[in-house]
Amino acid sequence: MTDHAGTDHAGTDHAGTGRTSTDRASKATVRRRRREPLLPAGPVRASANVCQGSGCLSMQSDLVFDTLRERVLAAGLPDVAVRRVGCPGLCAAGPLVDIPERGRLFEHVQVDDERSLAAVMSVLGGGGEGGKSTASDPFFAQQVKVVLEHCGRIDPERVEDYVAVGGFEALREAVTTMSPAEVVAEVVGSGLRGRGGAGYPTGLKWTTVAKAPSGEGKFVVCNADEGDPGAFMDRSVLESCPQQVLEGMAIAGYAVGASRGYAYVRAEYPLAVKRLTSAIRQAQRAGLLGSSIADSSFDFHVEVRIGAGAFVCGEETALIASIEGRRGTPRPRPPYPAASGLWGRPTLINNVETLASIPAIISRGRDWYSSIGTEQSRGTKVFALAGSVVNTGLIEVPMGLTLRQIVFDIGGGLPDGGRFKAVQTGGPSGGCIPEDLLDMPVDYESLSAAGSIMGSGGMIVMDQRNCMVDVAKFFMDFCRDESCGKCLPCRAGTVQMYGLLDRITRGVATRDDLARLERLADLVRNTSLCGLGQGAPNPVSATLRYFRGEYLAHIDDHVCPAGACRMEPALAGARPGSEAR
Amino acid sequence: MKSEGGGMSTAAPRSQDGSRGAGASPAAAAGTHSEDRRWRQVEVRIRQLGARPDGLIEVLHTVQELFGYLDDDALAYVGDALGVPPSQVMGVATFYSHFMLKPQGAHTCVVCLGTACYINGANALLQRISDELGVGPGATTADGNLSVLRARCLGACAMAPAAVVDGEVYGKITPADLMRILEQP
Repeated sequence: MTDHAGTDHAGTDHAGTGRTSTDRASKATVRRRRREPLLPAGPVRASANVCQGSGCLSMQSDLVFDTLRERVLAAGLPDVAVRRVGCPGLCAAGPLVDIPERGRLFEHVQVDDERSLAAVMSVLGGGGEGGKSTASDPFFAQQVKVVLEHCGRIDPERVEDYVAVGGFEALREAVTTMSPAEVVAEVVGSGLRGRGGAGYPTGLKWTTVAKAPSGEGKFVVCNADEGDPGAFMDRSVLESCPQQVLEGMAIAGYAVGASRGYAYVRAEYPLAVKRLTSAIRQAQRAGLLGSSIADSSFDFHVEVRIGAGAFVCGEETALIASIEGRRGTPRPRPPYPAASGLWGRPTLINNVETLASIPAIISRGRDWYSSIGTEQSRGTKVFALAGSVVNTGLIEVPMGLTLRQIVFDIGGGLPDGGRFKAVQTGGPSGGCIPEDLLDMPVDYESLSAAGSIMGSGGMIVMDQRNCMVDVAKFFMDFCRDESCGKCLPCRAGTVQMYGLLDRITRGVATRDDLARLERLADLVRNTSLCGLGQGAPNPVSATLRYFRGEYLAHIDDHVCPAGACRMEPALAGARPGSEAR
Repeated sequence: MKSEGGGMSTAAPRSQDGSRGAGASPAAAAGTHSEDRRWRQVEVRIRQLGARPDGLIEVLHTVQELFGYLDDDALAYVGDALGVPPSQVMGVATFYSHFMLKPQGAHTCVVCLGTACYINGANALLQRISDELGVGPGATTADGNLSVLRARCLGACAMAPAAVVDGEVYGKITPADLMRILEQP
């Protein structure tokens, strides 16, 4: 969207990012001119790709870039490149420097850590074997990158980098050699399902919008209002390869007959907004977006809209209201946005990850894509691993991998000898999956059979110190706060459920309270207007299903087995149900 | 709603000329429209958006970025320019948690309360701030120096717990670290 987004948030990008140990006063000097990457004219023997994602930037990876650039210049290495790239995924170990030609990844590279810098320089110069092997390390070995293919490999602020790795070829191919119906057929055949959480077949959505009468025009909306706490897939994709999302949007526009698109990004992601805005400008200048794309008769214009801190705006009808400049409250469906969306016109709404999957499906074909994953859940899924896990960060795996493979092989298990208790998926509409289900394959069906949902892809690993009742209370607090207030079951039900959970965690609840909680959960699930309310009871139901004993310990014994809840001292050990209501 | 004050973009309450939002009242500026060049930037933004009602949220973003918060006069001005009734302008400004209707402190500290931060001790950060500075989330210290906000999730889960002080992200932060940062002049 706007220039102000770029300039105003520059503070988060170049200047001011710092780690806890550094002196804040010195950061004033950090604001400076952005230095160009070092790109040799001839063949490149080795390149230092320095991650500039939010995570690494907060650990001063911008200074690491500058320092390596100076050192390579000083060392006179004419065939070595030094680039800024997006996120290679292993956020826990930043700042990261990747040397793809040598297959080495360096972790925790710091400007004040001479050893780490020297190790990078040594490998760049052709010697040494420092760092981690990106080929054999288990974090990378089991991943299959489709959405994240170019993340961490290209400079997100240079459209030419994306073009150099084949970017915008799928769009060119679609608009010059395929009919819109052929593009839709390709997406249908790929078996791709919506990656925002619900898993609705993407091809079916595209077909509906394509068939809708064009009338006064249609719209494509990219939903980048990634609100689930614990999820940062969309942020990373937009920060690392915004062009891929734009290409997906343009292909979608061509397929369904829309010439305008909106990307709705949450305000909490200033760096993503900045890079996306810059990517739009650059792509327009290169003739890859805007009027007459790739010299065809297809026009597609994209605008960015910034959210303003409302979780409910991830719901598609609320999102539409917000783009129209109104309060983001959902409305009953039907009509679905595919028939009547933005300003009453047919609107295709897809999530960032869904759209970022499209270019690969078009270039490599539906058969290739549908050969990945499981029967019902094709392709790959990006997950944000966080919580009590060694390798926190972003991963992409084929659907159907087990939770155990994700948490223990790729994630490296729990740190400091912690013992696994549960993994939370699906954010505030999801659930906690216990240890005995670790060998369950991760796909849409298995997760919902287990009482959770795929959700957008946040995976929070919890250990024995985490109280499941407290976690349920945390999500209920979130939902009651984020409820838009339009429908009663959600507005009042979440408040009541929170109150009951609070009583349980304080050790003052009775068995009656628990029964009331379960009845309310059922009511709110079945009568709320939108997904926020319908999903709000899930964390409660899922934890009750697998960790009922923990609830009962709080109620009957006034004890929090995890030691996380503070029991009310006066009532600890008191007779259950004796306190006044 | 999601985050009181909008997480990482809290660099916003810094006006164009580098002064902090606290002293710069949009109300005072609205009185002397033509003299404050920040209003010219708002007008440019309104024109870019075609002065249509659907530009409301975008224009409110611009005003807040320039002035630090939205006051009644600013809301009235924007509503007038876009043809949106005052009730709807107020409805939107109060619906979205990113919009601030009161001036903020000279500095801001946003504590992330996303899931990963929560299970990694984000509450201890808020508790320490409250203990030592006597200010809770959503409030500003009596001397107007520091506003404390909480974010629903900054997406910085790999660095949990995270806090943002004046637009700078600090990951894996301890209460002691945070106090050290906040106590610097």
